[in-house]
Amino acid sequence: MHAKVRVQSTINGEPQEFLCEPRQSLLECLRDILGLTGTKEGCNDGNCGACTVLLDGRVVTSCLVLGVEAEGCEITTVEGLAKGNELHPLQRSFLENAALQCGICTPGFLVAAKALLDQQPNPSEDEIRLWLANNLCRCTGYDKIIRAVKQAAIEMQEVNT
Amino acid sequence: MKWFDYAAPVSVGEAVGLLTAHPSARLLAGGTDLLVQLRAGRKETDLVVDAKRIPALNVLDYAPAGGLTLGSAVPCYRIYRDEAVARAYPALAEVASLIGGTQIQGRASIGGNLCNAAPSADSVPLLIALGATCRVVGPRGSREVAVEDFCTAPGRTVLQPGELLVSLHLPPPAPHSGARYLRFIPRNEMDIAVAGAGVEVILENGRFRSARVALAAVAPTPLYVREAGEALTGSPVDEGSIAAAAEIARKSARPITDMRGTADYRSHLCAVLTRRALEAAVARARERN
Amino acid sequence: MKAQEYTVVGTRPIRHDGADKVTGRALYGADFQMAGMLYGYILRSPHAHARIRRIDTSKAEQFPGVKAVVTADDFPEVADRMVDLGEGDTPLSYARGNVLAKGKALYKGHALAAVAATSVHVAEEAAGLIEVDYEVLPCVLTAPEAMRDNAPIVHDDLTTKEFGEQTGRVSNVAEHFRYAMGDIEAGFAQADVIVEREFHTATVHQGYIEPHNATALWNNDGRILVWCSTQGSFVVRDVTACLLDVPVSRVRVTPMEIGGGFGGKIPVYLEPVAALLSKKTGKPVKIVMSRKDVFEGSGPTPGSYIKVKIGARKDGRITAAQGYLAYEAGAYPGAMVAPGAMCIFAAYDISNVVIDGFDVVLNKPSTAAYRAPGATNAAFAAESVVDEIAEKLGMDPLDFRLKNAAKEGTRRADGPKYRRVGCVEVIEAMKDHPHYSAPLGGPHRGRGVAIGFWFNVGMPSSCTISVSADGTVNLVEGSTDIGGTRTSIAMQAAEVLGITAEAVRPTVVDTDSVGFTAVTGGSRTTFATGWAAYEAAQDVLRQMKERAAKIWEAEAASVVVERGVFRSGDKSMTFQELAGRLDQTGGPVVGRGAVNPRGVGGSFSGCIADVEVDPETGKVTILRFTSVQDAGKAIHPSYVEGQMQGGSVQGIGWALNEEYYMSDAGSMMNSSLLDYRMPTALDLPMIDTAIVEVPNPGHPFGARGVGEANIIPPPGAIANAIYRAAGVRMNRLPMNPPAIMQAIWSQRD
Repeated sequence: MHAKVRVQSTINGEPQEFLCEPRQSLLECLRDILGLTGTKEGCNDGNCGACTVLLDGRVVTSCLVLGVEAEGCEITTVEGLAKGNELHPLQRSFLENAALQCGICTPGFLVAAKALLDQQPNPSEDEIRLWLANNLCRCTGYDKIIRAVKQAAIEMQEVNT
Repeated sequence: MKWFDYAAPVSVGEAVGLLTAHPSARLLAGGTDLLVQLRAGRKETDLVVDAKRIPALNVLDYAPAGGLTLGSAVPCYRIYRDEAVARAYPALAEVASLIGGTQIQGRASIGGNLCNAAPSADSVPLLIALGATCRVVGPRGSREVAVEDFCTAPGRTVLQPGELLVSLHLPPPAPHSGARYLRFIPRNEMDIAVAGAGVEVILENGRFRSARVALAAVAPTPLYVREAGEALTGSPVDEGSIAAAAEIARKSARPITDMRGTADYRSHLCAVLTRRALEAAVARARERN
Repeated sequence: MKAQEYTVVGTRPIRHDGADKVTGRALYGADFQMAGMLYGYILRSPHAHARIRRIDTSKAEQFPGVKAVVTADDFPEVADRMVDLGEGDTPLSYARGNVLAKGKALYKGHALAAVAATSVHVAEEAAGLIEVDYEVLPCVLTAPEAMRDNAPIVHDDLTTKEFGEQTGRVSNVAEHFRYAMGDIEAGFAQADVIVEREFHTATVHQGYIEPHNATALWNNDGRILVWCSTQGSFVVRDVTACLLDVPVSRVRVTPMEIGGGFGGKIPVYLEPVAALLSKKTGKPVKIVMSRKDVFEGSGPTPGSYIKVKIGARKDGRITAAQGYLAYEAGAYPGAMVAPGAMCIFAAYDISNVVIDGFDVVLNKPSTAAYRAPGATNAAFAAESVVDEIAEKLGMDPLDFRLKNAAKEGTRRADGPKYRRVGCVEVIEAMKDHPHYSAPLGGPHRGRGVAIGFWFNVGMPSSCTISVSADGTVNLVEGSTDIGGTRTSIAMQAAEVLGITAEAVRPTVVDTDSVGFTAVTGGSRTTFATGWAAYEAAQDVLRQMKERAAKIWEAEAASVVVERGVFRSGDKSMTFQELAGRLDQTGGPVVGRGAVNPRGVGGSFSGCIADVEVDPETGKVTILRFTSVQDAGKAIHPSYVEGQMQGGSVQGIGWALNEEYYMSDAGSMMNSSLLDYRMPTALDLPMIDTAIVEVPNPGHPFGARGVGEANIIPPPGAIANAIYRAAGVRMNRLPMNPPAIMQAIWSQRD
């Protein structure tokens, strides 16, 4: 019989421990074992970005990371963006700018955009589009998403100055 | 996917041992090719060996005298985020930033791109143009392989049972040298190259002192077009020489027609991309003093 | 309600489900969990056309972790009959056949069997052990080939219906119909210029990011409970019940949040299979399609072969138009060719028209609707020919369209006459838009325009509103919310009641909890379910007026209400105040609305596209894009803009790079999001929008459906732009770089 592997990582700031099969992706572990269903599966081969999480500070597609590879890592998912009751400026900006329609791609975009603004507080439209090229949206045509990211960037800079 | 086991060795020796003991084991760096292939049933394995905890495979070490040692598991983003490396090898940083998209670059490695040995591998033409060498280690010891000899067929490399690619080595950039990789894709990101051209030129007194040209996606392996570089050597740096080299590249291509492009179209693109890449490399060489 | 300054309608409140959607708390179908749940995996045919001699599931059944395996033989045996599952009559055997094949596999990806196991990995491994004995048959993959006399026949029992009558002829043409008016020969005889062209469009997919999913529990009390992402929970209920031969009342469908549909999540694929597995195992069973399954096993939109011939006089008036539309239905009849035929010349006032439509089966996945189904293919053809004629006559392309624009009273070839419509207004808004006169700014650049029409639908919707003591209301409706409709519906109720949008709490509920509601599709949700909410709100006001009358001891007829204030004589009360007094005046107030509205208003849309074509590679860059659409009345302008932008970008993808690349053996070679190339953020500029409002006289707020018309013009506009940028007229979709390069080379020779 095959034995599962025990994985210890920090997820959204909390230590988490889980048992998984080596063939289970980090995406599966988050959704099916840990109940963190905010991260979505769209393609399972790294092409749509709906499964985007932060892994040790890098944006990655969690469908292409094995759960066992997360040993000792720090992971941030969409569930970790808000501070308690307070939405992250990006989350608020997405709502104010109607940057979501069906919302399935939104968690992936929020995590990816957060990583962008964390390292580049004032990105241009082109830089935003390049950074987010690995995140597909079929509903919005991206226009309002770009606007939402820009607005959040402005707001976050104002808070910091 | 069928069940597989997972191991995370912490030394090259340990990895070699695992790969030797399990002939169908697969090395896992970024996973952006391997996991896709395992899920699609195009590859099978009973043991995945994680490369990411082996220090020698994760080295990114540049020195002006010695050149660049690039561990085979180093993810793309580390290359373009390292100021010294990006400054010394701008074309390599560019390649690292066009494989997939942001998320893919967070995991995928140049070494993995090479070992996956797709004819369309975006990093290989440039590695060939830059004269990279591969350090391979296996049960019988270590050996060097010129990168243009590494891929032998679609999906196949010179790696023997138990061997792994530990790192790539790039010589230090010469004065008055410039390199560029240009590819054609239908969108602006995320696509597999329909065709690609990687070049390096070294200029001297208005002439090409040397040049190397290699192509992606137009042959069973990345294609080193030795004759194009030889034709440029000694030629004046002008439109005519570049056009002649582009034509040699076009003629040497052996593309197929598939869902990413027709053979005619790919051949045509070879000439266009080689020409444009050479022009860009020349401009870069002129800037670099 | 008269056109006036509204308080809520026309504003941009935050969507009610917003917090859940941006925090990951919103539950989509694949997120559903239930104790004891098993996971299903579907085995699909590797062959495009094959007789299924035998399916041996024994090894799969014995695989550790497997709890059940089903095939088409697990459907209860019933005599075949015609059933109406929402899109016209179809044989029950066809409806079942697409869910689980019986006798023949008709396309690569056709579902044959399903396994339920303790994990999806186990189910997948076990499915690999199912042995199927196939007799591979020759396949047919395009409409013209399928229409030939010696083509391989997909269904031995399918005969051609021609002009409404059964011919009894076995063929792959399920139906040939014709719309005609006037005298087409006389019309062409009057023309000074005639252009006749042929077009081909490839199969494309709606491309929703969320794959199909369903969980079903065949409960111990015989009820079948379903949780899924769908555009129509009542469709799922009715189809599942029909296929399983149980009364509709036995099935309850709970719609989860849905990650995109665009028409592709109207057909039913997984629910009956999950239910059969649940029946065998006694456990809930969840099935989620992989992305490959979505491409190969759901319903893309038809590829097509279209001929268009248009004649016009020197003065620019179109005298005759003829269309021939052969659409690929896929494995089962029902291609959306009639809507394509309805819309192909619908933007123009033409007296002499003949349109022939063909519904053709072949060995590809059975097609489904895709946002204005059938019309985009048709407009690519018609708008390219219109552009050519305008050029030949030396007329500005928008002026030519204005000269022939459909108006109130214009009759379409399929019969209806337009009520008040906004075609002229849309074209004028395009002309007036700064984009139309902006300089192109460089070589190899061109600007193209196109317009299109979608008729929109009404169909039934239900809604109840119950008043809370604090003056807020609960609104219960059954339209799954793909784009923010729960808010646009709530806004309409709020407008009637005179309260804020935030004071309305909309919920989308299951099929046990609300009256029949048709699909979220056809650009009907804001229109029709909004109308049901409007009616429910009016009902609430009627009842509350009676309560106010009671309190004031006045005649009910003397009570008036305006913008949330009830008045009688010099007495007045706000909605909130009155809401607090309902218990004392007779109890709760619950209003209901149930509609099947007739006053549907079609929507015209147009777009302006600037492109740059790289003459050495054929690559097209969209430099600037403007979408214009008549929304009647934009209930929530941000959501209307969002529909216009989303539809435009789908149209751009359809125009430039999206296609099913088929091998000769009928296999889709690019069934992944790597090689099925949908536009990314890096491939596009901002999408500017201009909302035109020509109120729909048939709706309380003047609303027209807006979801669909915007996808129609982009391929035509981009083709026209490419012509101006590169000098080549493209007659195939997609207009990808190799195709454009080939067109440039052909022209040079």
